[in-house]
Amino acid sequence: MRPFEYTRADRLEHAAQLSEAQEAMAIAGGTNLLDLMKLQVETPANLVDINPLGMGRIEDTDDSGLRIGALATNTATAVHQRVRADYPVLSRAILAGATQQLRNKATTGGNLCQRTRCYYFTNIDHPCNKREPGSGCGAIDGIARLHAVLGTSPQCIATYPGDMAVAMAALDAKVEIANAEGASRTVPVREFHRLPGDTPWRDNVLEDGEIITAVTLPAPVGGTQI
Amino acid sequence: MAITINGQEHDLSGDPRTTLLDYLRDDLRLTGTKKGCDHGQCGACTVLVNGMRINSCLTLAVMHDGDSITTIEGLGSLGSPSTLQKAFVEHDGYQCGFCTPGQICSATAMMAEIRAGWPSDASEELEGPIGATSEEIRERMSGNLCRCGAYANILAAIGEVAEEELS
Repeated sequence: MRPFEYTRADRLEHAAQLSEAQEAMAIAGGTNLLDLMKLQVETPANLVDINPLGMGRIEDTDDSGLRIGALATNTATAVHQRVRADYPVLSRAILAGATQQLRNKATTGGNLCQRTRCYYFTNIDHPCNKREPGSGCGAIDGIARLHAVLGTSPQCIATYPGDMAVAMAALDAKVEIANAEGASRTVPVREFHRLPGDTPWRDNVLEDGEIITAVTLPAPVGGTQI
Repeated sequence: MAITINGQEHDLSGDPRTTLLDYLRDDLRLTGTKKGCDHGQCGACTVLVNGMRINSCLTLAVMHDGDSITTIEGLGSLGSPSTLQKAFVEHDGYQCGFCTPGQICSATAMMAEIRAGWPSDASEELEGPIGATSEEIRERMSGNLCRCGAYANILAAIGEVAEEELS
């Protein structure tokens, strides 16, 4: 791992301000980020620990939906009584991925922000437009099995690896996002991730200094979902 | 900053890059917790943080101010092994033994998860009681790899304890 400054954020605005800086990254569970930092794929100069911000609650919304805090772990979400009863596809999607050890640490916001990636992205000996803009794509003329078929660009054919976001998209979930000025906005999960296009290094619509605060699910539709 | 390891408080300082795994092994010389892949895939580094099992290689020690960690050294000792530790010995649940501390920490937490009624990918129903079947144990222990392939005896050891403690 490259050296970095570690800062614990005590307020949301503080966290957003810190992460607005160049080469700063927010860390929650760390299961994807630390893995990539060990490989020197991610080399943040500043690491902003957002865990002290709370944001781990899962609570009913006024319209019978559910608000899942950005720092609620994947385990907390998957085993939550209401998720199991009303949004089983979400429990199933989470339980189908990773391992219990990883799900115990991985968070809602972090899971959505896990890097769209392929094995050329995680190997710094190969060119990758996502890791190093303009360096080329090792995958397109390399071993391309299991890479994207739809939504590709001449710059990148990596796929988004998450299962949780797929279930959230099916449920018409929305992502709550806050910025350094204290403003917030809401983006449907379906519109949160970006196709590679000409900017494959941008996986999602988050701007510098923006932090996910929660994901909200609308009232359950009922019936059998799996 | 302070961290509690197996009931004893320790000072947390040093390079922020230090993972919880390296802190345990290199700073505290608690070498029971093993470094296998160092990327969260093998589970050899599994420890309990406030009772929850995690991969200690994928978390920074500095992020655990105030947390209580239990490692294999905290679960039992040579003179007073835990139920799972005894079962692993009785069933020969290992060959080289490198993955064993992680397996036992993981299985210890797994018992609590089943007791709490948490479903797994192998559970037919998301709600309702969970049976400690071999399918359930295999799925729930899938984060702990054994390169010797001692899975049959690992399963027997955990299965025996699960039957005693959970039925």
